[in-house]
Amino acid sequence: MGDVVCYLPAKAGWDRSAQGVLGAGRRLADSLGAKLRAVVLGPTDEALVQGAAAVSDSVAVADHPLLAEYHPETFLAALVAICKPLAPRAVLLGNDTYGQELAARLAHRLGGSAAGDAVGIAVAGDKLHVTRGVYGGKATAVIALVRSPGVVWLRARAMDPADPAGRAPGEVQKVTVDLAADPRVKVVSRHVEAKEGVKLEEARVIVSGGRGLGGPEPFKQLQELATTMGAQMAASRAACDAGWVPASWQVGQTGKKVAPELYLAIAISGASQHIMGIADSKVITAINRDPDAPIFKHCSFGLVEDYQKVIGPLREKLAKNG
Amino acid sequence: MNIIVCIKQILDPEIPARDFRVDSAKREAERGSANLVTNIFCENALETALQFREAHGGKITVVSVGPEGAEDVLRKALALTANEAVLVINDAPGLADPLFVARTLAAAIRKIGAFDAVLLGREAGDWGAGQTGGLLAEELGLPCISFAESLAPAAPGAVQVKRQTDSGWELLESTMPLVVTITNHEKNVPRIPKTRDVMQSYRKPLTKWTLADVGIDPASTAAYYEVAELSIPRKETQCEFIAGDTLEAKIDAFASRLTEVMRAL
Ligand SMILES: Cc1cc2nc3c(=O)[nH]c(=O)nc-3n(C[C@H](O)[C@H](O)[C@H](O)COP(=O)(O)OP(=O)(O)OC[C@H]3O[C@@H](n4cnc5c(N)ncnc54)[C@H](O)[C@@H]3O)c2cc1C
Ligand SMILES: Nc1ncnc2c1ncn2[C@@H]1O[C@H](COP(=O)(O)O)[C@@H](O)[C@H]1O
Repeated sequence: MGDVVCYLPAKAGWDRSAQGVLGAGRRLADSLGAKLRAVVLGPTDEALVQGAAAVSDSVAVADHPLLAEYHPETFLAALVAICKPLAPRAVLLGNDTYGQELAARLAHRLGGSAAGDAVGIAVAGDKLHVTRGVYGGKATAVIALVRSPGVVWLRARAMDPADPAGRAPGEVQKVTVDLAADPRVKVVSRHVEAKEGVKLEEARVIVSGGRGLGGPEPFKQLQELATTMGAQMAASRAACDAGWVPASWQVGQTGKKVAPELYLAIAISGASQHIMGIADSKVITAINRDPDAPIFKHCSFGLVEDYQKVIGPLREKLAKNG
Repeated sequence: MNIIVCIKQILDPEIPARDFRVDSAKREAERGSANLVTNIFCENALETALQFREAHGGKITVVSVGPEGAEDVLRKALALTANEAVLVINDAPGLADPLFVARTLAAAIRKIGAFDAVLLGREAGDWGAGQTGGLLAEELGLPCISFAESLAPAAPGAVQVKRQTDSGWELLESTMPLVVTITNHEKNVPRIPKTRDVMQSYRKPLTKWTLADVGIDPASTAAYYEVAELSIPRKETQCEFIAGDTLEAKIDAFASRLTEVMRAL
């Protein structure tokens, strides 16, 4: 009772998100004097189970044929079945799309309150306080969750992992959940828009393009630059909405949250909603022909130029620099 | 197919950060000179519904919970040829509690009667809760599909929903009725209403209900969450603009700075 549950999707494995969720969960459990209970849904691997056990008081692994692939209704039902008897104080999830999809409904079924895109979570009296950006990142709010449990999806990748040193690993239990196939919703097909290399969320260097590029063609040039830099490609909402690049490239408030060492924004104005997705980058830099573009307010250094004059020579120069 | 689209009026999210103020004591954003507009994802949702109706027929009812002034966003939806509009008047200022809104929407939708799908935006550009769709599905006891970009007919009584995921997209099929939250996509960029339709929208009927009309008592609805603090973060980086006498010199200098950062990786 009153414990902290961290939900870890088995499919994602022991990634930065799982580590960040458990890190936040560990600190929250410690400040509540409560136990940290990791919950894994689906066929899992040793790395995830061992990683989770090292920082948790218990790890529940629910494997069931219906949990092999994500399904909104069955995953929700499984989480409710596991969480309800635990009567937790908090349930934490990562901010992947599936986690976001589940959180509010999970809160509703557990009689709790949800809040998301949290950059911080703390105990204040009898309530959980969640810190998050609002108004497209122009303001920061602390939201007090009135009901219990607090179900919170976190910007997990930006959160520190927990330190396993000096603690005995938590007990790993296999749990059986009673699940029936949902008669209403079925997953017809899944499509991966494959990109080479690491996921955007884990990329160390990102080259990103915006509406100022003027069309899909220049993105090919940007791709050459990105390849030279060993970078992943991303885009603003405006470039995605124009259909120049796939929707999965979008970063920002309602796109991916990235945290590379280097983010190069090309012909992106830097609207607050875009910044919300890149604020955790180490170094932000930009090429924009408008010196007053808001993006420069977030840059360590920047180049005021027409991108068309810059991209080709810049790539050559970088290739030479090696 | 009867489609209900839930529409929220918000403070224009495009106003520049330098013009944005909050009242930290009241924990509310200041209106200032900003316009009130339709939340962009609600526009995407309406566009998705309009395209479905164009291709397969049906009726679109738009619903909003908000102050009298929220009539504007419903009129705009009528101008985009939504068939009917319902405003549930709620004058409470400040943060709209997502569970309260979801319950009110559920009550209004039950009162409207028969429907096959309820479309909402994935999130609102003001408080960005991103919860109303999920909570509404629970209130109505319906399945919910999030981050959708389009709908297509499937087997009788069912609908196919294409939705975005972190790595691409997936196709789901659901029985109706269901709740769908809509995200942006190149295919659902909102259209501009025709002048003639704008004129006509003022003559179309618009139903107004009070909270009591839909059987909601704000006093007896326990809070879901509250705003404890609201502030504007002060964080500005000093940008060093790359200088140089020629374009080539500037590009060289810029390349050197990039190389420096990448070497440290
Ligand atoms: C609720 C909500 C959620 C949102 N979520 C997101 C999100 O997740 N991600 C996101 O990106 N946006 C998001 N937006 C949209 C955001 O507000 C901006 O509209 C969007 O980011 C603008 O994209 P952009 O910078 O590419 O285009 P613009 O704002 O049009 O900027 C284009 C830039 O290119 C520059 N330029 C033009 N030509 C050249 C040239 N030849 N050389 C160099 N520079 C040039 C211009 O100076 C300008 O600065 C959201 C908005 C709302 C309301
Ligand atoms: N007051 C409201 N009236 C009608 N629809 C709403 C209201 N608040 C939220 N919604 C719907 O819920 C979506 C997500 O909003 P939110 O959960 O507040 O981020 C919006 O895009 C609307 O479709």
